[in-house]
Amino acid sequence: MYNFDFEKPSTVADAVTALASEDALALGGGQTLIPTIKQRLAAPSKLVSLSGISEMQGVSASGGSLHIGGATIHADVAADSHYPALSALAGNIGDPAVRNRGTIGGSLANNDPSSDYPAAALASGATINTNARSIAADDFFQGIFETALDEGEIITSVDFPVPDAACYKKFEQPASRFALVGVFVAKTAGGVRVAVTGASEEGVHRWTAAEDALNANFSADALDGLSVSSENLIGDLHGTPEYRAHLVKVLTARSVSDC
Amino acid sequence: MPKDSGIGASSKRREDVRYLTGRGQYTDDINSHNQTYAYFVRSDVAHGKINSIDTSEAEGMPGVLAIFTGDDFTEVGGNPAGWLINNRDGTPMKEPKRPVLAHGKVRHVGDAYAAVIAETYEQAVDAAEVIDADIEELPAIIDMADALANSDNRVHDEIDDNLCFDWGWIEDNRETVDQAIKNAPHVTTLELINNRLVPNAMEARASIGDYDPGTGDYKLTTTSQNPHLTKLLIAVFVMGIPEHKLTVIAPDVGGGFGSKIYHYGEEALVLAAAKKLGRPVKWAATRSEAFVSDAHGRDHVTKIELATELDGTFIAIRTDTLANVGAYLSNFSTATPTFLHGTLMAGNYTVPNVYVNVKTVFTNTAPVDAYRGAGRPEASFSIERVVDKCARELGIDAVELRRKNFIQPDQFPYTTPVALVYDTGDYDATMDKLHEIADIAGFEARKAESSARGKRRGLGIAHYIEACGIAPSNLVGQLGSRVGLYDAATVRVSPTGTISVMVGAHSHGQGHETSFAQVVADMLGIPEENVDIVHGDTSKIPFGMGTYGSRSLAVCGSAVVKATDKVVAKAKKIAAHLLEAGEGDIEFSDGQFSVAGTDKSIAWGDVTLAAYIPHNYPLEEIEPGLEETAFYDPANFTYPSGAYCCEVEVDEDTGKVDVMSFAAADDFGNVINPMIVEGQVHGGVAQGIGQALLENCVYDSEGQLLSGSYMDYAMPRADDLPNYTVDHSCVTPCTHNPLGVKGCGEAGAIGSPPAVINAVVDALSDLGVTHIDMPASPARVWAAIQAAK
Repeated sequence: MYNFDFEKPSTVADAVTALASEDALALGGGQTLIPTIKQRLAAPSKLVSLSGISEMQGVSASGGSLHIGGATIHADVAADSHYPALSALAGNIGDPAVRNRGTIGGSLANNDPSSDYPAAALASGATINTNARSIAADDFFQGIFETALDEGEIITSVDFPVPDAACYKKFEQPASRFALVGVFVAKTAGGVRVAVTGASEEGVHRWTAAEDALNANFSADALDGLSVSSENLIGDLHGTPEYRAHLVKVLTARSVSDC
Repeated sequence: MPKDSGIGASSKRREDVRYLTGRGQYTDDINSHNQTYAYFVRSDVAHGKINSIDTSEAEGMPGVLAIFTGDDFTEVGGNPAGWLINNRDGTPMKEPKRPVLAHGKVRHVGDAYAAVIAETYEQAVDAAEVIDADIEELPAIIDMADALANSDNRVHDEIDDNLCFDWGWIEDNRETVDQAIKNAPHVTTLELINNRLVPNAMEARASIGDYDPGTGDYKLTTTSQNPHLTKLLIAVFVMGIPEHKLTVIAPDVGGGFGSKIYHYGEEALVLAAAKKLGRPVKWAATRSEAFVSDAHGRDHVTKIELATELDGTFIAIRTDTLANVGAYLSNFSTATPTFLHGTLMAGNYTVPNVYVNVKTVFTNTAPVDAYRGAGRPEASFSIERVVDKCARELGIDAVELRRKNFIQPDQFPYTTPVALVYDTGDYDATMDKLHEIADIAGFEARKAESSARGKRRGLGIAHYIEACGIAPSNLVGQLGSRVGLYDAATVRVSPTGTISVMVGAHSHGQGHETSFAQVVADMLGIPEENVDIVHGDTSKIPFGMGTYGSRSLAVCGSAVVKATDKVVAKAKKIAAHLLEAGEGDIEFSDGQFSVAGTDKSIAWGDVTLAAYIPHNYPLEEIEPGLEETAFYDPANFTYPSGAYCCEVEVDEDTGKVDVMSFAAADDFGNVINPMIVEGQVHGGVAQGIGQALLENCVYDSEGQLLSGSYMDYAMPRADDLPNYTVDHSCVTPCTHNPLGVKGCGEAGAIGSPPAVINAVVDALSDLGVTHIDMPASPARVWAAIQAAK
């Protein structure tokens, strides 16, 4: 790695100030950024750690919603009982080392096309809160590794409305165990939302045709007549676009069945 | 009753105390005063002409001490192939020079063309970034068939068809086999791929070069499976150092699986740099470097034909293989697809006609060489897959078809049509044992239960044979080996009777420090803890050939037995003198020398003390001291064999394969430490399941390694594997070594891939799937199901 400065502020305001330096980067749990720096593929002038900011830590529930600090590690979300599908998802990210370092804010800000949390946020209709504003999940994810965040903007917390029923099914890529395809189904008073990760060249997205079918009949059978186009889906060593398209449907049906 | 010590006891692995408590001393744990660091600059293109390498700016960077390029090594030799293979027409193979650093051209991604030595590792990396290399990219040669067809595009400019050799085994049988297949009532044909693997030893390669200007002595500390062989290659072939001025030390080594047999250019570089600087030079590979620069394994494309009578009697086997050797010839790379592969193509069967053709091809990929099993997994997979396919085509039970063609116990020694002489075996016995431990009779009930859960269950059988105990030197010499394959041991008895055994074999996880000590302790009737095994340092150990090919116990262990026999013979002479008896009347057991027919006896320790304090000693007849060395050269290979059974469940919707059970019934001959043997089988089967279901080393058409990290190269993890049922109670002892042992290190990796794939195909056969290539990943299985529908 190259040399860089390091700051660990204790307030969001100080973090925002620290990130104003040219080429400064925010450091969440570092599960993506640190390996990238070690391989000299990123060269920040300064790393601003968000792990010392107490107001960005922890999980709390109120009024049918779960509030998660942006610097909360996956293990803490996994241990919470208010939103079981979300906790199950968090408990199956990476391995114990990853879950005890990686943070929800870091994961959402990175928006890796195969990561789990974006599917949960999008399907749940979560709100991503930053130091400057609140952003609906539908507006937040803007393509692979792209989000609505501005430079230096920090995810301070995420609010998840807890659905009536929800389930996340991940089919793991055999090597990385990231999602080859992951589908999160959430059934709320406002309707069913289906979010797909791992599959698309355009990143996490909703499968609206399935949502319509499931709004009419919330059962796996409702998906029978649907098919997923392989256009713009990812093809790599581990699966063709056609295979991923097939998995989207299989996993959606399994999620619905297990909701 | 199981024994609690000595031969046959499951003595706990003494080396695990240091391995498991962080007290191992691996190469990268060793640091010395004044140490410097090497960083290798590696090609990021698969094939390119080196027009120039400008190191001037890098030389001025902070901490930089020296920079080397291929130009610095034009006066030294190349890293040679260990075996010279002849073409079918008798002409020798092509052997391009393999330089210390790439010179003239780079030939694979990861090919090192420069090295920076600096005060710190980070300074070396910083300087490497400003080396200005003008490398003109050339078209990459990746696909083997394309490589052979396109003579304008050459990995080595002097080799016009990219062909290393075209080998026929046995060439004289070619026409007979062709005729037998042509006239056969039934021929089963299968085209298959033995997928390319990355070895992934837990410890990546590392080397420290040191040079003492005061004495002119070189010392290399390195991750090697065979320090004497590495020493020989560096001293004699590559650098021209007098052999007595180079010591090679392989301290604790964290696994090798073949990849650390070979000498690599980094070892020569750190020695050359240490001499230039007069300071120690350390290099330790990153995992990313390991992926692109360790010798890879397998990578065969094979067509196999099995000709039979309609009743299933085997008539002939013919194979046609393209074997990828990569960009350069690694030390064993030419032996692996030939004499470790073609000679096994009769399997366990009485098939009268066998012909093997192998064309070995240069490509712009990392060198390919022996990897756990080395040629024998490729042979076993080819045979056991085609036998399985044949059984389905003929409507004969796959186990019965094998039994019908097994070599029978009364046929040993059995000479195969591919030139090996199997000394002993009982294949029906291992198959019977497998039926018992795998509960094959209960399969249909388990299948129904799986089906009720929506899963397709399949059962796969394989029965492998391998040639281990590598190898009779006179035989391998005739076959092209440039080295002998004996081993050696020195048994040094101390005055108080404790023992150090210096061995040529190298333990990098196999447990030699325990199992070799069990042999010596048992022979002498002394406690195991009174015997230490010393290995890995050429200044301490006799000239042995190291560890690979499941050879350590069968070959080096035999040398240990011979040296211990010599010690006992001398000790008997001393005891006879002390007991005032004739030497012929001395009996030795349980650590006591006694005079036959009397109550006179003397203990081991009293005799050893007399050997070193020879006050009352037959000095006119024998020398003081008690230390003996023996070399052992085996009379034949050893032939472990075994029956394996795998059951899988396939999720038809996703293509995911789960291994539900795995049973192994092996005949390893006599067993010294059953617990260690069981562990070796577990590890081998894990690697075999890894090859069958997960691992795949893939280059794209540009020669970029797509599976260059654990994000894309799938290693087997604990939850990918079942609990194994392992048995080695079927014993036909090896007939030609003193312990009657055969070797167990590679068996699991040899027998398991065909068992797994046979199980997957079994699960899908009613859909019409007849074959699936490894690794049977979910995507591949799903695609095979779709194609069959």
